[in-house]
Amino acid sequence: MHIPDGYLSPATCAVFYGAALPFWAVAGRKIGAVMKARMVPLIALFSAFAFALQMFNVPLPGGTTGHAVGGTLLALVVGPWGAVVGLSVVFLLQALFFGDGGITAYGANVFNMAIVLPLAGYAAYRYLITLFPGRQAIAAAIASYFAINLAALFLALELGLQPLLFHAADGTPLYAPYALKIAIPAVMVPHLLVAGPIEALVTGMVVAFLLRTKMPLGVMPEPKPLRLRWLWAGLGVVALLTPIGLLASGTAWAEWGREDLQSMLGFVPQGLEKLGGIWRAPLPDYSFPGLGPVSGYIVSALVAIGAFALISFLVLRLSRRKG
Amino acid sequence: MKAEGFWEKTVHHVTEALERALVAEGLASRPGLLQGLDPRAKVLTFLLLMVSVALLHSLPLLVAFAFLPLVLSLLSRISPAFFLKRVGLFIPLFTGLIALPALFTTPGRPMFSLWEGLAITEQGLRAASTLVLRSWDSLSLAVLLVLTTRWDHLLRSLRVLMVPRAFVLVLQMTHRYIYIFLRSINAMFLARKSRTVGPRPAGENRRFLASSMATLLARSHHMSQEVYLAMLSRGFRGDVMTIEDFALRRRDALWAGLAGFLAAAAIIADRLLT
Repeated sequence: MHIPDGYLSPATCAVFYGAALPFWAVAGRKIGAVMKARMVPLIALFSAFAFALQMFNVPLPGGTTGHAVGGTLLALVVGPWGAVVGLSVVFLLQALFFGDGGITAYGANVFNMAIVLPLAGYAAYRYLITLFPGRQAIAAAIASYFAINLAALFLALELGLQPLLFHAADGTPLYAPYALKIAIPAVMVPHLLVAGPIEALVTGMVVAFLLRTKMPLGVMPEPKPLRLRWLWAGLGVVALLTPIGLLASGTAWAEWGREDLQSMLGFVPQGLEKLGGIWRAPLPDYSFPGLGPVSGYIVSALVAIGAFALISFLVLRLSRRKG
Repeated sequence: MKAEGFWEKTVHHVTEALERALVAEGLASRPGLLQGLDPRAKVLTFLLLMVSVALLHSLPLLVAFAFLPLVLSLLSRISPAFFLKRVGLFIPLFTGLIALPALFTTPGRPMFSLWEGLAITEQGLRAASTLVLRSWDSLSLAVLLVLTTRWDHLLRSLRVLMVPRAFVLVLQMTHRYIYIFLRSINAMFLARKSRTVGPRPAGENRRFLASSMATLLARSHHMSQEVYLAMLSRGFRGDVMTIEDFALRRRDALWAGLAGFLAAAAIIADRLLT
């Protein structure tokens, strides 16, 4: 899941460094307020643990092995913001010394695996614990499965947008060469089938072991159950941000080809046309090379959001019926 | 072997990481061109070179940039074979595999057709070689920086990139304790392995893994409290301080000038070529 150097354009890298900054600032303030001077050794030791955790090879039924990221586990033990800092430390050391992940791509790797992963895992746990009261290990396992796949979806979108946004005049992709329709399945299938189950297994079993042995890990208060409406609000914000992110990452580069700009402008009318059926597209015969992937991006984002919303809704309905 | 592969894999990974660190430490303390430079100057210039590699579009320039780290490694008394092995193990295995299908999937002018509907396109060939070259160039720069700079110096010099002091201190401590944890993983696995006869059921293996992970987690928490007390007893009051005794010399300025010139020249040449 570590993006090496050379896969993302400098503009994308800059955008993700920029996106990570506010999270680092908030994390620094939050953990500083809770732990003050104890923060330094605590974060350092738990970062070292997170690094070591990724060294364990976990066998899955069927003979494949892989390693966990441990983002959700860390978020549950040291709190979501502690996990943001701890995992950022891990990925920096990995990028510098162990060749795991690029240095220019560090911001993007942090965004996916040290920000999206622990925060989503923590939020999902807080919500799931209301569905499975008293079953922390199960809630943690499901939350970690969801979180690692969400992080993988971000990874797939970042890679899949590269050929659309950054290509030479003759269409040659300059960075990661696969469009969204290849990048999304290529990234998501292994994560849904291998990396996700490993993460869930490790998180669930370690949490179960900690509970069973009553190990004193009162670093952070036990996460409180999350009100559902916050989850919906968060989902709404993410959904609104999706197309904005697409535009923003493009304009930041400021090297738009004419076609790209037109396809961008052409996107909204197309969508409106499909929705209303009243309005005719202003350029009916113009075939945009960029349009497929752009609409693909939006559609895939909407499908993913819809799928997650549907799953949450169904799980909630089922649990209510039981209760 | 197959059922128990994760034992060996874990021990192998851990030992490899430990060995990597030892070898790099040895190379970084040798006298050489890059070893003699200020780590802050190196961090800034290597970052500049990596960004310029990321900005290049022209294939010949990307090829030329592959030779720069090689020459620098020779001047820094690192054997080219060793250097190429470090970089080369990763690139063909990972990026090569990833880039391969792009030959066919990238839409463009077909060059030669292998199968009906399956042709290597000109754009695909260019995209795949750009990806491989670019990651080769960036990785070899990163590897060279890490091989010629002592790791604690490298972490300390991150201050020049305005990384907060507390973060640098956390990085240094994490770096220190990673090795302790890696050693204890190896010890746990070897101890278990030496008491195990024959293959064990998968469920038992997984329970062993989960319990050793959780033990490590509890140990890291316990150790952080002890470290904190040790810090307190040495007068730590929450103000983070780092040693900053690096001094810039004339050769650092020369090197920075050279690197800046190379980066600028490459970017200008790239704009002219493409």
